[in-house]
Amino acid sequence: MASDYTWVLIFLLVGVGFAVVSLLASWAVRPYDPGGQKRRTYECGEMPKGSAWVQLRPGYYIYMLVFVIFDVEVLFIFPWALALRNMKSAGLGALAIADMVIFVGVLAIGLVYAWKKGVLRWE
Amino acid sequence: MRIPVDPSDWLILIPEFILLGTAIAILMIDAFAKAASDRSSPWISLAGTAGAIVAAVFLWGNPLSGFGGMIVNDDFGVLVSTAILTGTALAVLISVDYVRREELPAGEYYALILLSTIGMLLMVSSANLIMIFLSLEVLSIALYVLTGFARMRPRSQEAGMKYFLLGSFSAAILVYGVALIYGATGTVDLQSIADELISPGVLGNPVLLAGAGLVLVGLGFKVAAVPFQMWTPDVYEGAPSTVAAFMSIGSKAAAFAALVRVLIFAMGGLRPEWLAAVWVIAALTMTVGNLVAIAQDNIKRMLAYSSIAHAGYILVAVAAANRLGLQSIPFYLIAYAFMNLGAWAVVTAVTRKGEEAVGLSDYSGLFWSHPVLAGSMGLFMFALAGIPPTAGFTAKIYVFMAAVAADMIGLLIIAIVTTIISAYFYLRVTVIMFMERPAEPPVVTVPTPLAVAIAVAAAGTIWLFLFPGVTQSFTDTVARLL
Repeated sequence: MASDYTWVLIFLLVGVGFAVVSLLASWAVRPYDPGGQKRRTYECGEMPKGSAWVQLRPGYYIYMLVFVIFDVEVLFIFPWALALRNMKSAGLGALAIADMVIFVGVLAIGLVYAWKKGVLRWE
Repeated sequence: MRIPVDPSDWLILIPEFILLGTAIAILMIDAFAKAASDRSSPWISLAGTAGAIVAAVFLWGNPLSGFGGMIVNDDFGVLVSTAILTGTALAVLISVDYVRREELPAGEYYALILLSTIGMLLMVSSANLIMIFLSLEVLSIALYVLTGFARMRPRSQEAGMKYFLLGSFSAAILVYGVALIYGATGTVDLQSIADELISPGVLGNPVLLAGAGLVLVGLGFKVAAVPFQMWTPDVYEGAPSTVAAFMSIGSKAAAFAALVRVLIFAMGGLRPEWLAAVWVIAALTMTVGNLVAIAQDNIKRMLAYSSIAHAGYILVAVAAANRLGLQSIPFYLIAYAFMNLGAWAVVTAVTRKGEEAVGLSDYSGLFWSHPVLAGSMGLFMFALAGIPPTAGFTAKIYVFMAAVAADMIGLLIIAIVTTIISAYFYLRVTVIMFMERPAEPPVVTVPTPLAVAIAVAAAGTIWLFLFPGVTQSFTDTVARLL
């Protein structure tokens, strides 16, 4: 009986039950009054301006790409930093530092290239 | 804690690092001095490729393994790397005037070619399924961009998109296969997989067989084996001619090296199980590639189907999985690098701006206005058809001998019959060039770098026929790996 999956089942039931019960409760308690302020796009009071059918600048995706590359870089630096102590005690500290310098260096060169190509200029 | 890294590991990757340094230098020159980059990048990349060839040859006969067994350097790898680097050098040479004519951004073009080559070299020396996947992605992503590089031409964009979608799909299938193999054997290291296969419990495991099948599909896509060849004609037709030339050698050679490592080195014990699948794929690839090539009026599509058919012949050697087969694969790839790049070089010379003049009729009477160009094209067509004074003949003979040694007479008969069929469409090009006399002769200019590339390719094609022994002694050491 006490299989590991029993816990999964309990969590599943509690999770689904919580959602169903709270939705049903609010449905039973709430007043029904559509229209007016309730139809507004933002409930926080922000006034919507113009139509939703506007053109967005797709150049934004390059910023996102550059960001993602450096975001992922952190993922590599963390395990490297953890292994650094072991590398040092094995006498390979200089090699470990050199590896990371090469890695970050190649990424930095990529950023320099993007920068010189005018990718970071917003106009 | 055991640290599986040794400073000497970096020695194995010297060719890759030379290429990486060259690519970065080209990008930096492109960013800071655009005009200088347009002039110098082909020559810088040529120098880098030459340096990588020297470094690869320097690693010859000196088996190394590094990075915790992820990367190996053996003679098989060095030979296939040489084929790839030869292809890259020739592709750079034929690109010099093409990139200028089509007004492509030079710095990015050559940097991407070199980055893709790095992926190919890494794939050749991968001794681990994860490493194979990773290097496949490195080489493919650069190729997806290069395929769609002529941004103003819708055909190129379409080809890039098709290649990207189908390529990522096949990469996903490959990873699925890797996961299943890991599930069955508990390792992704090729040598450990070979050790695991000794135990009978693992051998009959259906999960392992499914994994091997999926890896075969993933790599079969890259080498353009039937029935995974659908992308090839469209991509070769739409991509810039020089890019099609580059990838017809490089990505095929790299994927074949990986296929040999997975099927023969790691899963040699499983040969009774995978033989039927490889047999059928090889037979289908040779038959469909050669038969459909007959119906093509576009020279780029014809060469695409020709590259499919040649993948079939190399697959015969893979299926044989014996010493002769292992010897013939690097030889075939090097010979193919020379003769196929030569043919693409002539195509690049004849096409005009915007990839015009790619029909077979545009070659009509070429001999009467440009005898040397037409003569070399004739030589490359003879070589691709496997007719004697050329390397293509020697390469096919080796493959056929491997099939005989492995007692695969059925497959051998199919290979010989399809070779005879292929003579029709290869020689038709020759007939069109020599026998017809057009009212107005085609206008073709052959710039010097392109002429050098054609000369080198023609010399290589004949040299490998006259002195197969030069590479033969090399490939002997390869066969000892088995």
